[in-house]
Amino acid sequence: MEELVKALTIGVTNGLIIALIAIGYTLVYGILELINFAHADVFMLGTAFTYFATELIVHGIGIPASSTLALVVTLLALPIIMLMTATINASIERLAYRPLRNAPRLAPLISAIGMSFVLQNIGLLLLGPSQKAVEPVLPRTDLVFFPSGAAWFGVDEMIVVGVTVPLLLALRWFVASTRQGKAMRATAQDREASGLMGIDVNRTISLTFLIAGGLAGAAGLVVALYYGQKFFQYGLQFGLLSFTAAVMGGIGNLTGATLGGLFVGIVAAMSDRFIEAKWTSVIVFSLLILVLIFRPTGLLAEQQSERA
Amino acid sequence: MDKRKIGTLAAVAVLALAACSGGSSGGGSKGEIEVWSSLPRQGSSKGQTDTIVNAINMALAEKNNTAGGYTIKYSDKDDSTAAAGKWDEATEIKNANDAVADDKLVAYIGTFNSGAAKLSIPILCGKGMVMVSPANTYPGLTKAGKGEADEPDKYYPNGCTRNYFRVVAADDLQGLAGAKWAAKLGAKNVYVLDDTELYGKGIADVFNKEAPGQGLTVLGRDGIDGKATDYKALAEKIKATNPDLVYFGGITQNNAGQLWRDLRDAMPNVKLMGPDGILEDAWIQAAGEAAEGTYITFGGLPADKLTGKGADFLKNYNAKYPNNPPQAYTAYGYEAAGTVIAAIEKAAATNPADMSALRAAVLKAVSETKDYEGALGKWSFNQEGDTSLTAMSGNIVKDGKFAFDSVVE
Repeated sequence: MEELVKALTIGVTNGLIIALIAIGYTLVYGILELINFAHADVFMLGTAFTYFATELIVHGIGIPASSTLALVVTLLALPIIMLMTATINASIERLAYRPLRNAPRLAPLISAIGMSFVLQNIGLLLLGPSQKAVEPVLPRTDLVFFPSGAAWFGVDEMIVVGVTVPLLLALRWFVASTRQGKAMRATAQDREASGLMGIDVNRTISLTFLIAGGLAGAAGLVVALYYGQKFFQYGLQFGLLSFTAAVMGGIGNLTGATLGGLFVGIVAAMSDRFIEAKWTSVIVFSLLILVLIFRPTGLLAEQQSERA
Repeated sequence: MDKRKIGTLAAVAVLALAACSGGSSGGGSKGEIEVWSSLPRQGSSKGQTDTIVNAINMALAEKNNTAGGYTIKYSDKDDSTAAAGKWDEATEIKNANDAVADDKLVAYIGTFNSGAAKLSIPILCGKGMVMVSPANTYPGLTKAGKGEADEPDKYYPNGCTRNYFRVVAADDLQGLAGAKWAAKLGAKNVYVLDDTELYGKGIADVFNKEAPGQGLTVLGRDGIDGKATDYKALAEKIKATNPDLVYFGGITQNNAGQLWRDLRDAMPNVKLMGPDGILEDAWIQAAGEAAEGTYITFGGLPADKLTGKGADFLKNYNAKYPNNPPQAYTAYGYEAAGTVIAAIEKAAATNPADMSALRAAVLKAVSETKDYEGALGKWSFNQEGDTSLTAMSGNIVKDGKFAFDSVVE
């Protein structure tokens, strides 16, 4: 029983990170009907910035890596990193997608793929070709234990939850309760009609990309600290899982993306733990195919109404 | 002068220059031949392959880039891609095909990864081109009965003469050494992992097979996905079986660093052991603190434990390349190059008529390498292309650096 709960905890922690990235895909798809392939690479840049931040804190300023001060300062860097990735994402929209706003659907898609390669290679230049450990700023001390004495979760898992869950909730509140959120929902529903209603469509789209980029940056910080590694191909590895999660949950649907992320995380952890790590990819993607066969728009997506 | 006279003078001048320059450039009077190496020059192995290429260059420079009257031109080929960050199938196959098409090429020093050698050996065998590897350790490339059922014959198709040799001892010995060392360290229960590639799975299989003979119980066997983002759940699974030691067969580039971190997080006190695929600085950087205390076997001796000519090599290398200290396989690259140069000299003495005869003579000379005295000691190639050297070393990571621990018999 304890083993099940422990595996579930790992799954939920990983799943929250995947969900945070998946939301970025779903936000952009909802508003532009474009799969932003470069999104996961913006996330990778988030891990890169976190890596540089920890290097600065530990080697530049000289705060010892395992002290609470180092952790606090790194977390204070979170808004800065989120702002940087948000700006990058919005700039990508301006440069690569806006000029193709009225082009056939394939053009921005190819542009997105191209942008993904550009960002990956920027990552390669910044980070070098190999995986490398990030300074261990995140303490691994276990806090909560099972009755048998085995460790359940600790400070690191709590920080992951402490960063991702408030962000997800804040996003939900923003989209549901603010004027800009309403504008985003309206633009996602019908871009032309929203323009006719007086919504500044370009600004709304830019805002969406800013938010998606910021969330990717936050996910980047969490991954760099929790997994403790930097790698220029992180975008590829995480992007695949997050995109799968977004599609499974219903692309365009925020709750779907969150649930999809949790689902993918939990299934992967369960498969690693109780079946065999070799089969995890097979299982996750087979489930994706099954979901798409029986519910092509995803688990939570509303059925698309016929356009007149 | 009129145009015809200028033209004639120009033609004569060109012919004179051509006659003068044909043949000698530098020391070799018989013309230029080529030697290539095919190593992963991108990705995290670059640090180590930089040192191997330096060693090859040093070996050639010591002979003034000439052997047997030929001028040797060395080409450092890359069998990796930036995207993969490690050796790539299509790239290695292209290198081998290019080698076969190049008439001046007489020897191929490579590869670094056993998986890549599997692809090149048959292609080069067809042309009778000798291949000397500084670092491949998968046993099935040369030895029968140590790998798949059809190995090694499937690497030498259509009855072609064996063209593959390696200066490093194979994994059937290293895997056994690992099992012996694990038993010596007091482990009773072990869990075995691999990275599902030819080299990694190969050596993990050897460890798995030899473990019971050393008194170890294998609790489980798993393959990891090098592209996975984390191994926390897998580490939990391993923890549940309560092993004394976890053995991983694989290379750094298959996310071994992350694996080590997740294993250490879950099991702070378990012993961790790996083969020479992780015996590189890039792995310590990737694993960070988790690397500390890891036991790593190596199918040879570390550079600073070499004596005689080996110690000279180390001194000269450090003087020439102070910013690229030698890693595990540097001396082996030097030895491979030295073997090839010696073979070219022996082959030249038989006065081969053309390039094809020269290649055949070089191949024969390499296969007859006996009591070669080099940086690694005095050794010979056996009929299967393996070296007679079998000393294995055990290394431990101390303070973020590799430290030689013992010779493992």
